[in-house]
Amino acid sequence: MVPLEYYLVVAGIIFTIGMIGVIVARNIIIIFMAIELMLNAANLAMIAFARNLGSMGGHVMVFMIMTVAAAEAAVGLSIIIALFRNRDSANIDEVNLMKW
Amino acid sequence: MELAIFILTSLVAIVAALLVILQRNPIASVMYLVTTFVAQAILFIQLRAAFIAILQVIVYAGAIMVLFLFVIMLLNLRREDFGKDIRLKYKPLAIAFAVVLLIETLVVINASLIPAQPGADLSAAFGSVQGVGKELFTTYLYPFELTSVLLIVAILGAVVMAKKKL
Repeated sequence: MVPLEYYLVVAGIIFTIGMIGVIVARNIIIIFMAIELMLNAANLAMIAFARNLGSMGGHVMVFMIMTVAAAEAAVGLSIIIALFRNRDSANIDEVNLMKW
Repeated sequence: MELAIFILTSLVAIVAALLVILQRNPIASVMYLVTTFVAQAILFIQLRAAFIAILQVIVYAGAIMVLFLFVIMLLNLRREDFGKDIRLKYKPLAIAFAVVLLIETLVVINASLIPAQPGADLSAAFGSVQGVGKELFTTYLYPFELTSVLLIVAILGAVVMAKKKL
């Protein structure tokens, strides 16, 4: 059996990659995908802990996270559509009205 | 053998995740994201979470990614909208944050806060549709019902946001 720590390391690396993507990416859709990556890394850690503790609460939690991710994707993507309709661009550097 | 599959799958997951944020074309990014999700589904199966693995493929790699693809095609992006490069001026910040976060993660994992493994003495229903369903409809019934409210709000929000005149 693969130790729990290995799964946690993989989850940590994927989460970090997602965070780099959020900071560095310029295309708003890629930022959105990086957020999905981070959610998935959390899911992986949750399932690994569920396996380790022999409790199924983690599975239910992942189920909830998937629901939230679906809702978030629907709302977020419609926000992107509205933004694109107003700005005609998916580049977040052009959305700087609230920039300090 | 199990370890070999784990290493191979997690390598695929990590490399595909890196490619997601390095691609210029969002369609290619979506494809790599699907690769990551499928690789993670294999990891879920290794962790005896069969139901969640199936959900991951159907809901995440299927439904949500198709939504992404539809929106990308709806946006009618031109080549020049893909951006010249990643935002270079934020690169040092991103690297600093990433290193700190990664070290933090590894320290926490190393701190042996994790209890001893119970081994493979799991019941046969662990991670099956029956097992997860039973938990979902008994212990976690109230949060489960609340997700329906969340989904309705999300549907309404999506319709309102995507209307012609905001």
